[in-house]
Amino acid sequence: MKVRIALTVNDELHEALVPVHKTLLEVLREDLGLIGTKHGCELGECGTCTVLVDGKPVLSCLALPLEAEGRRITTIEGLAEGARLHPLQQAFAELGAAQCGYCTPGILLTAAALLSERPGPTRQEVKEALAGNLCRCTGYTKILDAVELAALRMERIRT
Amino acid sequence: MTKNDFAVVGQPLPKVDAWAKVVGETRYADDFFLPRMAYAKLLRSSHAHARIRAIDTARARAVPGVYAVVTGADLPPVKFGILPVSQDEEALCTDKVRMVGDPIAAVAAVDEETAEQACRLIDVTYEAQPALMSIFDSLAHPEVRIHEYGDGPNVHKNVALQFGDVDGALAGADLVREDVFFFEGNTHLPMEQHAAVAQWASDGKLTLWSSTQTPHYVHRVLAKALDTPAAHIRVIATPVGGGFGGKTDPFSHEIVACQLSKLTGRPVKIALTREEVFYTHRGRHPVLMWIKTGFTRRGDITGCHLRTWLDGGAYGSYGVASTFYTGVINPVTYKIPVYKFEGARIFTNKPPCGPKRGHGTPQPRFALECQLDKAAEQLGLDPADLRRRIVAEPFTKTANHLTVTTIGLGECIDKVVEASDWRAKRSRYGVTAAAQGGSREEGSEPPSPKRPGIGIACSAYMTGAGTAIYWNDMPHSGVIVRADRSGGVAILCGATDIGQGSDSVLAYLTAEVLGLEPVDVQVFPADTSLTPVDLGSYSSRVTLMCGMATIQAAGRLRDAIFKAVARKLEVDPAALVARERKIGVSADWDKAVSFARAVELGEAMHGVLAFPGSYAPPKRAGKYKGGGVGPSPCYSYSACVVELTVDEETGVVDLRDVWVAHDVGRALNPLLAEGQVEGSIYMGIGEALMEEQVFRKGLHKQPSMLEYKSPTTLETPEIHTILVETDDPEGPFGAKEVGQGPLLPVIPAIANAIHHALGIRIDEVPITPDKILKALELKRRGKPARVGPERLPLFTFKKPVVVESAFGQPADTIGVRPFQS
Ligand code: FES
Ligand code: FES
Repeated sequence: MKVRIALTVNDELHEALVPVHKTLLEVLREDLGLIGTKHGCELGECGTCTVLVDGKPVLSCLALPLEAEGRRITTIEGLAEGARLHPLQQAFAELGAAQCGYCTPGILLTAAALLSERPGPTRQEVKEALAGNLCRCTGYTKILDAVELAALRMERIRT
Repeated sequence: MTKNDFAVVGQPLPKVDAWAKVVGETRYADDFFLPRMAYAKLLRSSHAHARIRAIDTARARAVPGVYAVVTGADLPPVKFGILPVSQDEEALCTDKVRMVGDPIAAVAAVDEETAEQACRLIDVTYEAQPALMSIFDSLAHPEVRIHEYGDGPNVHKNVALQFGDVDGALAGADLVREDVFFFEGNTHLPMEQHAAVAQWASDGKLTLWSSTQTPHYVHRVLAKALDTPAAHIRVIATPVGGGFGGKTDPFSHEIVACQLSKLTGRPVKIALTREEVFYTHRGRHPVLMWIKTGFTRRGDITGCHLRTWLDGGAYGSYGVASTFYTGVINPVTYKIPVYKFEGARIFTNKPPCGPKRGHGTPQPRFALECQLDKAAEQLGLDPADLRRRIVAEPFTKTANHLTVTTIGLGECIDKVVEASDWRAKRSRYGVTAAAQGGSREEGSEPPSPKRPGIGIACSAYMTGAGTAIYWNDMPHSGVIVRADRSGGVAILCGATDIGQGSDSVLAYLTAEVLGLEPVDVQVFPADTSLTPVDLGSYSSRVTLMCGMATIQAAGRLRDAIFKAVARKLEVDPAALVARERKIGVSADWDKAVSFARAVELGEAMHGVLAFPGSYAPPKRAGKYKGGGVGPSPCYSYSACVVELTVDEETGVVDLRDVWVAHDVGRALNPLLAEGQVEGSIYMGIGEALMEEQVFRKGLHKQPSMLEYKSPTTLETPEIHTILVETDDPEGPFGAKEVGQGPLLPVIPAIANAIHHALGIRIDEVPITPDKILKALELKRRGKPARVGPERLPLFTFKKPVVVESAFGQPADTIGVRPFQS
């Protein structure tokens, strides 16, 4: 059975006709062509598929698109403001925090949610926020460094 | 050259693909959606060991939306495998399955769900056979045969090498230690599940996009398995979302996707589920080890004898190489005058093991480094001092005839000892300190159950295998550098970027040679129809081999352009330099021409500017059977100190800090080199403390990311990386490997630190809390406080190939190799 859904993704309204049981992850990737969202397990275990729903990190492999209707979905494609990269994206690129880059979209979005809620977090707070996002390449070191650098730069912009 | 002579090399630059990765633009294999594409699923065996009596696909074919169903009968009747000596895999099993997860049939359909549903309707009649699930099982049941080939019933490979009089050397030692260790298997767990998209076009030509580390080997295997000329097949390795060795074999799903595309006339995608990735595996071999080493009173090694038994799983994979690697690299680190190695790989009904970061060497490294720690304790020596004393001599040969070049290990040890405050902590922490009333925690609070400890270990690793997987005299790595009047430079190379940054290294080196910025260089990687062959992203070979080929090709382009510019400026070409996107004479820089203008002059003089670069390693295979595994142009070295606490009540290990100093030869980009060290340390921590790939009744016990434990941000300690540069004459601008070596010392350093904290020995990884509590219990009862393997298999090794030890002989000629000029 298919249902018609309307999703607001990265401030754009998308409509699609999809089987009811399709996950948000699948709809984003397969129906809306937003392939920036990745998957590592499709069982809610790795954090790779994280997107933001109303600013909060959500595992898109466990979410149903119907639940997200009428809410604000942000994927990695929507993190930059037009051509201007989010400070996190800039810092991740500069510091080598993306090796294979596969975990990167999910981690960037999770970190973005953290920084908007808690500017200037401690390293421990960053670790806790990212504890649900696995990365097999980096040993997390450069990721934590990059989040801290981005937080610092955002702080500077604010003050 | 010194650091200051470089413009790009040595700079902490972003990777060239960083921007695409942070905005989500990078297209991995599963991100390919082609028009009319079908989705396929594999039906996999539910039996660990069985004959296939019948396969009935009628019900599956009848499902609406199914485009095609294939079984092994629809494929050419050939077997394949990565190594020429182990051609034992079928893309779809025809008469027998050897593990749960073995592929039997496949369905292509309108979507994944339909394909999956149809797979469930395929009826397979099995005739179960006894499943052999361990080395002991397989050796105890020679009447049950997993394969018909090998060095004995269920013995895939049996090797024995002896270099010098080991028994004599052990007899003359002041201390002889005999220890037994076990290293449990574990898996790569790349975040990206393998995926492949095949398009067999109507002109008869086939293209495969795949998440593979070795497009060249996949290309060769597709030609064989599909009985199609290699010239009509194009393999494109998409950016790989983590490999670590797990995407180094050619896989069933790659072959099957092609066949289904041929049958359906549509592009076909197969994307593995996480559970399938666990079964596809090819990860770390479980290895049982016996090691006997003689020492003098001062800690010098007189000789060493190592035996290893590898639990290979159901197929050959890289196993013959893995078997050798458990024996041949240890002598590269320390002075070991005479050496004997016996190794055997045993088939079992589990997913086959293969190369994982460090390929075959973390296991014997764990054994040797833990044994050194025990010997130091017995001899009353500091374990860091003992190691410092026995570091191998640069530019000599090892007992097993390997030429070593630069060795920065002494400096690495000094650096981690200093950075970690080793000496103070070594005496302040640990059981002995506690027994003497040494304070562990400040103040008068009740004593914490968390006991601090600090441990050390070292290692060495190869920078690329000195011989190819199949015998040939061709380059291991090739590039083409081209430039045109736009001023743009393109580099084409078969190398595959698996996150390690090979695309970036190609751009950095080209830019360095031509006086450009990396952004001026376009990298076109890993396409078997366009790019010169590179053997693949394995054995830490890419930076060195592609790097040397790049320097050669870019140098040829530069020479051609210099000739043209020299004529224009009326100067000697030898006086020209390329920097800041210009070419000119330093003393007369105002007259320098822009790079784009220089290319125009070059094109006018020479015609099209496209130059090849080729690299093959120096020919240094030892002149004995088996001498082809182990030689490498040069070796990297690492030293690691780990500081941790262990909770006496719960057995939980809490890592505080890890220091690794790594001799990288030269850090072409320190940021990326550090990233490789950090990732290696992290992965070593997982292997040491939690990761294990274990089975029950043929089934994987934890085929999910939740159950298969791997470190998160919370378990990963603060990591301190120190890069040591030795400027190796074999490497591109002196560089050696950094992607695998730093993993090796981490595991034994953790085991040694745990011993320092509590006085217990866990001779088995992973070191889980239950093992620590068991050892503490033994200690309390006055028994030897050791947990580890208690028995060894009854097994007869081959009569050894006996060769003179080459220990201490001068190195083979340095810097001489094929295709040099
Ligand atoms: S893919 Fe959603 S959590 Fe792993
Ligand atoms: S960068 Fe590869 S998994 Fe995180």
